[in-house]
Amino acid sequence: MSTETLPVSSSVDERRAKAFADSTFARVAKYTALRLVTLFVTVVIGIYLTILIANMGGYVDTIMRNEIKYNAAQAVIANPASRNLAPEVRERLIQERIALEEKRLGLDQPFAIRSFRYLRNALTLNLGYAIFMNSDSGSRQVRLILLERLPATLLLTGTSELILFFGSVFIALSLSRKYGSFWDKLTIALSPTSSAPPWFYGIFFILIFAAILKILPFGGLVDVPPPRNPIDYGLSVLKHLILPASSVIVSSLFLSIYNWRTYFLIYSSEDYVDMARAKGLSSRDIERRYILRPTLPTIVTNFALLVISLWTGFTITETVFLWPGLGRTLYQAIGLYDTPVIVGSTIIYAYLLAITVFLLDFVYAIIDPRVKIGGGGASQ
Amino acid sequence: MMRFRNILSELLRYPSAVIGSLVVLLLIGVAIYTLVKIPYREAIRLWRGGEEVWYQNPKYAPPAWLNLFYSKKQPISFAASSAKGEMEKVVTPVDQTISTIELRYTFDFQYDEFPQDLILYFKSSFSEKSPFVSISWVTPDERTIRIADFGVSRSQTFRFSQDKKLQKRLKTEDQVIPALFSVANTDEYQPLKGSYQLIITATTFEPNTNLDAEFVLHGKLYGFAGTDQYRRDLTLALLWGTPIALAFGLLASLGTSLLTMIIAAVGTWYGGWVDELIQRITEINLVLPFLAILIMVGTFYSRSIWVILGVTILLSIFSGSIKTYRAIFLQSKESPYIEAARSYGASNTRIIFAYLIPRMIPLLIPALVSSVPSYVFLEASLAVLGLGDPVLPTWGKVIENAFTDGALYRGLYYWVLEPAVLLMLTGLGFAMLGFALDRIFNPRLRDI
Repeated sequence: MSTETLPVSSSVDERRAKAFADSTFARVAKYTALRLVTLFVTVVIGIYLTILIANMGGYVDTIMRNEIKYNAAQAVIANPASRNLAPEVRERLIQERIALEEKRLGLDQPFAIRSFRYLRNALTLNLGYAIFMNSDSGSRQVRLILLERLPATLLLTGTSELILFFGSVFIALSLSRKYGSFWDKLTIALSPTSSAPPWFYGIFFILIFAAILKILPFGGLVDVPPPRNPIDYGLSVLKHLILPASSVIVSSLFLSIYNWRTYFLIYSSEDYVDMARAKGLSSRDIERRYILRPTLPTIVTNFALLVISLWTGFTITETVFLWPGLGRTLYQAIGLYDTPVIVGSTIIYAYLLAITVFLLDFVYAIIDPRVKIGGGGASQ
Repeated sequence: MMRFRNILSELLRYPSAVIGSLVVLLLIGVAIYTLVKIPYREAIRLWRGGEEVWYQNPKYAPPAWLNLFYSKKQPISFAASSAKGEMEKVVTPVDQTISTIELRYTFDFQYDEFPQDLILYFKSSFSEKSPFVSISWVTPDERTIRIADFGVSRSQTFRFSQDKKLQKRLKTEDQVIPALFSVANTDEYQPLKGSYQLIITATTFEPNTNLDAEFVLHGKLYGFAGTDQYRRDLTLALLWGTPIALAFGLLASLGTSLLTMIIAAVGTWYGGWVDELIQRITEINLVLPFLAILIMVGTFYSRSIWVILGVTILLSIFSGSIKTYRAIFLQSKESPYIEAARSYGASNTRIIFAYLIPRMIPLLIPALVSSVPSYVFLEASLAVLGLGDPVLPTWGKVIENAFTDGALYRGLYYWVLEPAVLLMLTGLGFAMLGFALDRIFNPRLRDI
């Protein structure tokens, strides 16, 4: 991380006297270290809590133990070779199988110890092996399961969120120019539609475009069977992407436009904007230099939070559209009581969030000259 | 009071606020009506009761009012029971032991399509000799068709379409119902409109024998909201979904916003480690996956709507809005009136609850109203994932039922659309009201 702080501090300090360089560096370093420690502690506590919740006070252990017992007994009884054994021997065989299986899943240790093992593995990104789930290629590794689902999620969230973000910012900017116009009023009137989540619009879209018009598929990622030709494959994926992506976009488009528009309008009523107008600057220049520049920190924050949210996927939208992404995987993992997969997808989210929050502090300092790393103007 | 009236007159100036309040009031009215008319136990009985509660209804029947839009009118289901006095019943004693019971039911059939089935449910009381019934059918063109003659057990069901003898008599195998409802001796069955009559004549062989029958016509449409795969009347779920959705949405948003505000106020007022702790908890809460935890609680622990409500509130208290409130509290903490309160010796609790928090109510009310839809939809979302309350009928559960049964693939759009429209109505109502309130309470937004 220290490599990243250096260019930041040098850019901040460019115009400052050399004499201050050391103290600034010390301040930034101290702040960086403190921030890193707090964020790390936050992540650790967050993940440990997730592990505790995912185990739900030993309830999951009981479920798993019962399942192991049942499977072991079934396996021994079903085996023709053990049919002639004495009952005691058979019983011993079953017990051995149970012990072996419990050892494989780590159930022979108390949860208190296991939970810290989970935590250590999680923090070192050693995501381990899933208990029940498989990746499509047949692997039990949580890392592979998550990596396999990642492209689908990124495709859906990336397409929809990027269109949504840039679309709403640009539409909002042009609406704030023509404030009070018909389109402006229409956007305000439509903004309450964003109270419904994406899956809700998804249902309507499925109904209209898949069930009634029959022009788009009900769900899934590609046609069955998948086309051999990569171009056809891509087109098929695109066709399947249209409905889920547009339900995500439609569900928050109007509120997003409304919020940005209000935000831009507040800034465009500032005195310095009036001043610039009086100077006779072109409206493009005013927009770029006097409205977008001061609102940049907010835009960047929102963009960063959006990038994080790309990771989590849309659990319910993916479920409704049978989209094989991370969100649906998490839902399936919970249904299967597969703690490693649940913790695995949480940890990635937690890390990404922490890194983004950390980086944002520095990005703010670059784009907003009023913000100073290490807080307060006291040191200068 | 004056202030309240001002707000009210302000509200009336926004058309969206008027529409929003009307929708909210309508929903509250429906909720109260439902709670009074169909008490909790009755609702559970009607929704979870089993076959004997809803055996009379057809499966997958769209609502009856759809006929308004159809050019070919579809038959609407109905049931008539002699025990409830909906059928004509005449008892004539023949001698000491034997008597005849005649049940007649006349109904008007004015539809362009055939019903799915006709069913008779018999109930009789006798000790040894069972009564003997003959059923006949009178069409509008005055033909009388003999349906069946048989001895009835204590409880017996007779399905017209499945009776082999009747099939033979009408010279058809799967077209019994069309044959009964069309003109005589045609090759192509056409519905014959007019008044039909069902006559059941029973002879009883014991002095105290009674016989009652229930005649059910399974049409293509049913009732106000239609039925689902178990023949349940969806009206009940739609009605009962209203108080549940409102209660969940209002309680969650009220609990969350009030607690968030109190915690933010306490943190800002005391400062120091209390404030620090609250900030750290907020950050940890940000890392926790909200929906995943709710799904875990639903899967592992309890699917009761009240447990889910509690967890939702618990996880939403330490949200981003605590930071917004904190920023505003930090400003008002320095105001002269707080300093005055402090100097006359007001206690900490008094300052927090009597001076700091009341100032925030203008901010609180719009936020509270606008956050209702998100909780209403949260409940529906969990239900769609199959984690809805196992007992109560809710809108989300109806959508989930419809989805797992492939309603959209089979073209049973009413099943998904009815709860979806209600959800949308609730969401829009509260969102529109919230938007208007936001503009009234935050004048800075008003000119924009």
